[in-house]
Amino acid sequence: MVKKILLSELPVGRCGRVVSLRAKGMSRRRLLELGLVPETEIKTIRHSPLGDPTLFKFRGSLIALRREEARQVLVSLELL
Amino acid sequence: MNLTESPIRDRIVKTIYQEAESITSRVVRRKKSVFDWDTKLDDILTSWWFGLPIMFLLLGLVFWLTIIGANYPSQLLAKILFWGQDQLSVIFQWFGAPQWLHDFFVLGVYRTVAWVVSVMLPPMAIFFPLFALLEDLGYLPRLAFNLDRLFKLAGAHGKQALTMCMGFGCNAAGVTACRIIESPRERLIAVLTNNFVPCNGRFPTLITLAFIFMGGLAGVGAASLTVAGIVMTGVAVTLLTAWFLSKTLLKGVPSTFALELSPYRLPQIGRTIIRSLLDRTVIILTRAVLVAAPAGGLVWVLANVRPGEHSILVQGAGLLQPLGKALGLDGFILLSFILGLPANEIVLPILLMSYLSVSSMVEPDNLLALKMLLVNGQGWTWLTALCTMLFSLLHFPCGTTLFTIWRETKSAKWTGLAIIIPFMVASMVCFAINWTIRTLGLI
Amino acid sequence: MCYSEDPEYTGAAVIALVGNPNTGKSTIFNALTGLSQHTGNWPGKTVLKAQGTYVFHGKKYVVVDLPGTYSLQSGSAEEQVAQDFLCGKRLQATVVVTDATCLERNLNLVLQVMEVTSRVIVCVNLIDEAQRKKIFIDLDCLSAELGVPVVATAARSGTGLEELKVKIEEISFKRIITNPRRLVYDPDIEEAVALIEQNLPGSVKEHFNPRWFALRLVEGNQSLLKEIEKLKWSAPCEPYRISYSGPDSKNHIPGS
Ligand SMILES: Nc1nc2c(ncn2[C@@H]2O[C@H](COP(=O)(O)OP(=O)(O)OP(=O)(O)O)[C@@H](O)[C@H]2O)c(=O)[nH]1
Ligand SMILES: [Mg+2]
Repeated sequence: MVKKILLSELPVGRCGRVVSLRAKGMSRRRLLELGLVPETEIKTIRHSPLGDPTLFKFRGSLIALRREEARQVLVSLELL
Repeated sequence: MNLTESPIRDRIVKTIYQEAESITSRVVRRKKSVFDWDTKLDDILTSWWFGLPIMFLLLGLVFWLTIIGANYPSQLLAKILFWGQDQLSVIFQWFGAPQWLHDFFVLGVYRTVAWVVSVMLPPMAIFFPLFALLEDLGYLPRLAFNLDRLFKLAGAHGKQALTMCMGFGCNAAGVTACRIIESPRERLIAVLTNNFVPCNGRFPTLITLAFIFMGGLAGVGAASLTVAGIVMTGVAVTLLTAWFLSKTLLKGVPSTFALELSPYRLPQIGRTIIRSLLDRTVIILTRAVLVAAPAGGLVWVLANVRPGEHSILVQGAGLLQPLGKALGLDGFILLSFILGLPANEIVLPILLMSYLSVSSMVEPDNLLALKMLLVNGQGWTWLTALCTMLFSLLHFPCGTTLFTIWRETKSAKWTGLAIIIPFMVASMVCFAINWTIRTLGLI
Repeated sequence: MCYSEDPEYTGAAVIALVGNPNTGKSTIFNALTGLSQHTGNWPGKTVLKAQGTYVFHGKKYVVVDLPGTYSLQSGSAEEQVAQDFLCGKRLQATVVVTDATCLERNLNLVLQVMEVTSRVIVCVNLIDEAQRKKIFIDLDCLSAELGVPVVATAARSGTGLEELKVKIEEISFKRIITNPRRLVYDPDIEEAVALIEQNLPGSVKEHFNPRWFALRLVEGNQSLLKEIEKLKWSAPCEPYRISYSGPDSKNHIPGS
């Protein structure tokens, strides 16, 4: 079973796959440039001590995104 | 149609990334790493429990090492340089130079340079190598990661933390570094508030005052805590000002934030330390010659030319005395900050020269003597020291920084505001502290 | 200061250092030129481009250290610096500095740069870090895949820099001709690109790589449209429409 959720809801330690971007304009461009294109594997690593931003690992590097950005990304999560 | 929403572009980007992925899969082999240092370190440095405490601890530790390490070489340097001053005097006498010429060069130019070098060089030659080690390790992006929430609440960008780190070295460099913030609104906020980070030229002033007033000659710990507290105040004021700006002049919602946390890399300890030490020494010596020397000469003239009963310096200070007093300072202190506009390094030397020109105290060649001059000669209290430190932290950017702000914003309005906003903040904070302490009768 | 006008640089080969942020461009720059650009382990340390020279086998080289960038077609003004530099000026060689521990993300930029110019050298830097992390890179295979020379370096300790200088020399003086891998996009995009490319006038082809230019027009790069105006040429792309079989079939190229 596959479930679609927002990247911001992907729990720490879980992997997902990018389905699509909801972002528009500049922020879409930024996310794309970082490599968040459909089918990219992405893992939630940790939250910042103050809760936001969150650290993700994709395409080999660690990238911190704020909640607002992470909500712009739709990911699919394989249910165990 | 706009490029940013072009689905063609989406597909192009996707093709390129997929190609990169497929090439990588054919070229790169990974063995399961035995021990993942990066994750382990991040588990500590960005953890919920330890992330922020470790940040404070590191900050405190760096100041403590700086203050304790700088004390001895600072005294040694002062001894050597003031011995040099005596020799210089002898040479001038030997040539039979007129008294005013001797005073101009020796008491004006040379003495200012000697003060700048002996006060600035040792602490900065310790602080910056330590800082460079943290920078090369990869700690700075973690700092931005840990603090971003606060910047977001203030309507600013988390990368501002990085630009503030650069501001420690020099506010002009900090302002230039603001280019890493993509959104113009947040960038402008970072530019306008960078001055609230004490730079290379102000740090030693803070350290010196904290050392002689808060620490006593024994309590390095108390002095470090004071300096750390002042720096934290700077951060707090930065956030508050950013918040205020994003509610008024620079209205808007936070834009996108994406920050790559670079992998930790073991610094080349020896090379990093030596490199940064040499860098700093060159910077400080260059500025001592280019700025402190002429400023020393100029201030000597101001302190010795007497159009009326008093010297120009004393008259100027007299004009500023009421405002200075209200801010917990005095006219001379305020005047020194104004005359120190070209470079913050020269504020303290100008102040000392002004004091010496009106008092019969002997010239201070060590910190104890400096304390005597300030306390016994000029009636400084710990409150005066505190207000001076806060004013130094907050006042207005130096000339170089202002020029850089103008270059980066290309706007007279924002450059003007870069003077007015900090000056108002500094005045309000100093006034409030001074008024509160005095009203409560704590002094 | 601009290298093309400075008499000191006439006759010198101009080399650009580009790459993702924090891959060691400035460290390589320092190692090549003996200057001391600031370096630091965080993305964005360099924001102003720097320039220096070195002499190798009696030839003079001007090296330009650029701010790090993830991509060439981005919006931010600073990344524009890198793009303009690569596209608008005559470079003898472009060294793309990549991080060996994170090759995939870096190859994205390599592929983009190879669309702009064929005189590319890929420098796989931080090879010492990759070894430490037990990441192995087949350099010959990478070179074959990309069709350009690949050099592994550890800039901080100077490993591989001699070889890098040799490759720079070979590319600058055309001793070797590269054969950069060409990206193939979806058929409809390719069709449109071919069509535009054919119709580009000589003045544009002189200044830009035609395929790259056509691609940017297809995706609707506004700043390039201005660039065209500078060349006193109005875009002939307007009459063409791309029809899609894909989900975005309503879209046509910009300007229309
Ligand atoms: N271990 C190791 N570290 C390196 C190597 N090359 C560079 N570094 C370190 O990596 C960090 C980044 O290097 P820089 O040269 O500043 O990187 P840059 O590409 O110029 O970065 P930006 O200017 O931010 O784009 C520094 O701390 C360097 O000391 C290398 O080959 N091996
Ligand atoms: Mg650099």
